[in-house]
Amino acid sequence: MRGKKRELPGHPMDRLLRVDRIPHIWCSGCGIGTIFGGVLAAIQKLDIDLNKLAMVSGIGCTGRMAGYIKVDSFHTTHGRAIPFATGLKLARPDIKVIVASGDGDLFAIGGNHLIHAARRNIDMTVICVNNLNYGMTGGQQAPSTPLGFKTTTTPEGSPEEPFNFCYLAAACGAVYVARWTALHIRLLTNSIAEALQKKGFTFIEILCPCPSVFGRRNKMGNALETLKLYHDRSVIKNEIDPKEAGIDLFGEIVVGKFVDRERPTFIDYYRSIVCHETPEDNVIRIAR
Amino acid sequence: MRDKAVEKGIYFMNGDHACCEGAIAAGCRFFAGYPITPATEVAERMSIRLPQVGGIYIQMEDEIASMAAILGASWGGVKAMTSTSGPGFSLMMENIGLGVCTETPCVICNVQRAGPSTGLPTNVAQGDMMQARWGSHGHYEIIALSPSSPQEMFDMTILAFNLSEEYRIPVLIMADEVVGHMNERVVIPDIEEIEIVNRAKPHAPPEGYLPYRPGPNGVPILPNCGDGYRIHVTGLTHDERGYPVMTADAQAQMVEHLVNKIVLNREKIIKTTSFYLDDAEVVVISYGITFRSARSAVEQIREAGVRAGLLKLDTVWPFPEELVRSLARNVKALVVAEINLGQMVREVERCAAGRCRVHLVPHHGGAVIRPERIIEGIRAALKRKRNR
Ligand SMILES: Cc1ncc(C[n+]2csc(CCOP(=O)(O)OP(=O)(O)O)c2C)c(N)n1
Ligand code: SF4
Ligand SMILES: [Mg+2]
Repeated sequence: MRGKKRELPGHPMDRLLRVDRIPHIWCSGCGIGTIFGGVLAAIQKLDIDLNKLAMVSGIGCTGRMAGYIKVDSFHTTHGRAIPFATGLKLARPDIKVIVASGDGDLFAIGGNHLIHAARRNIDMTVICVNNLNYGMTGGQQAPSTPLGFKTTTTPEGSPEEPFNFCYLAAACGAVYVARWTALHIRLLTNSIAEALQKKGFTFIEILCPCPSVFGRRNKMGNALETLKLYHDRSVIKNEIDPKEAGIDLFGEIVVGKFVDRERPTFIDYYRSIVCHETPEDNVIRIAR
Repeated sequence: MRDKAVEKGIYFMNGDHACCEGAIAAGCRFFAGYPITPATEVAERMSIRLPQVGGIYIQMEDEIASMAAILGASWGGVKAMTSTSGPGFSLMMENIGLGVCTETPCVICNVQRAGPSTGLPTNVAQGDMMQARWGSHGHYEIIALSPSSPQEMFDMTILAFNLSEEYRIPVLIMADEVVGHMNERVVIPDIEEIEIVNRAKPHAPPEGYLPYRPGPNGVPILPNCGDGYRIHVTGLTHDERGYPVMTADAQAQMVEHLVNKIVLNREKIIKTTSFYLDDAEVVVISYGITFRSARSAVEQIREAGVRAGLLKLDTVWPFPEELVRSLARNVKALVVAEINLGQMVREVERCAAGRCRVHLVPHHGGAVIRPERIIEGIRAALKRKRNR
């Protein structure tokens, strides 16, 4: 186009976005953008000091979230967002830390880190986008791929039963566990806001359409049809035991807030047990 | 809390513990690690010392996590370290590369034991020298130091932190089991006598700031997380904004920068110690614990009338190319003693480029090299006609 670039009116989320990096890389119809919008809306709603907020991602389509949010943001290595975030949080307890990554990143290659961060109750909010496969690398099997579903590495259908991420996170000690879909954007936004306000390891799984690779290979139609499936199959069951909260694409997709509890964090125990601090002291004075 | 950070005095201390004292004196306030012989004593002492000085010690689930955690802590503005040995060092490689690519200051102490694989967990080797140089994928430069005593574990850990802060790069302390476990006199000086370098901080306003633009010495001036610059940090190839750019040009620019910030400063970075080089017709090159055998060998053979010199590599990477090149022009032979079957000797051969003989005194690992073997090596090198 010739001539002067037309000034577009700003978007209300612009202060949270690296506008100079748009357009983003996500496919049309991909649910990641919608979920990312939910994350931004939750931050907006809470009016968090943006200089004291950080996002850490691993590698994958979801991992690219860190590249678009305009806060200190770290795009690390595949699976290692959580231990990186652990170091950051312990060094800077005053900074709120969000980890945003894919199902493969957080539960396959990074699974060991997730279970230990939950056990230690490191204060962070983990946003897990579950698109039932490895999107970035072209649609391979993930630990979330439902039994019998096709991926490029399970052309006859996956012979493995998937994890129930919420059940696993809860069993490891997460203080807040919820599952939504990319369709439940208002509930998701509120849930992220709630998790961000909690102290400790909080975990939110979001079922997300990946029309380009998972959807196509499993003949699930376009993104709209996947969202329709979420609409028809999902049932909200707050407070249910996450063990009972399954994802059955032919039956029920159980969503809701499953866990909301209090537990001292790593830093709390470190202060009392290791530093013999009373709550009034403030021995952890990291030199900066 | 500085009083507890530098406990001035004369101690009888092992190398692993001296490393901790050096780290804390240098300002390290975060340690993430995973137990492994012969580096466990570093983690153990850090777990006692860090809470005393307001720092954080955490035992992670593995070495991959430990390495990732120190990178995160460093971005939080806290000087951070981990320690390990061979198997754990292998696990750290991917995130050492992330540290190089994102220009994250941090220190990794590798107390080497014999490999490959689980090898000899409780016995010495110097088999990870090339892994230190090239262990993470891609082309990059690294800084690695080689202490030969508990005192040097203290001094070089401070130096490692200073170099990492100045050049914004992971710095490797390539220790070994003997240096780590031996007890010796360690002098911890007065706090005033210790030079501490802290990373430069940006002063320009955040708006439009280019965090990855190289500064005056070729090193970018990056803000810490929480400083209000709200930057993006990625292991993808990136430009001066820190934004991913997937082109060959951006790749060339970034790699060139990462290499140049070390190569162009190598004269300031590289430290060596030399003995009897003036009249030497043969020079032994050595590092770490093997330096001590080499020193004994050189002193004995000089008494017997052989004009031998000794070059100790305090910095192993970047390699002192110029110095070795000029030595090669002036001596009959260079003798390299190391506890592996020939790693740093490849660098020596490359720099000598046929100008003098290069003779290796190797060892498979599991014990130190005895001075007699180095003496034999010196004699053999002087007798030999051509290169090995
Ligand atoms: C150590 C390592 N192994 C493999 C890869 C290749 N890789 C990149 S992204 C990815 C999977 C991403 O899947 P997921 O975490 O579910 O994210 P999505 O793209 O689906 O959002 C893989 C295997 C890598 N970058 N690093
Ligand atoms: S591959 Fe799938 S997950 Fe990745 S951007 Fe495209 S639709 Fe989204
Ligand atoms: Mg995925």
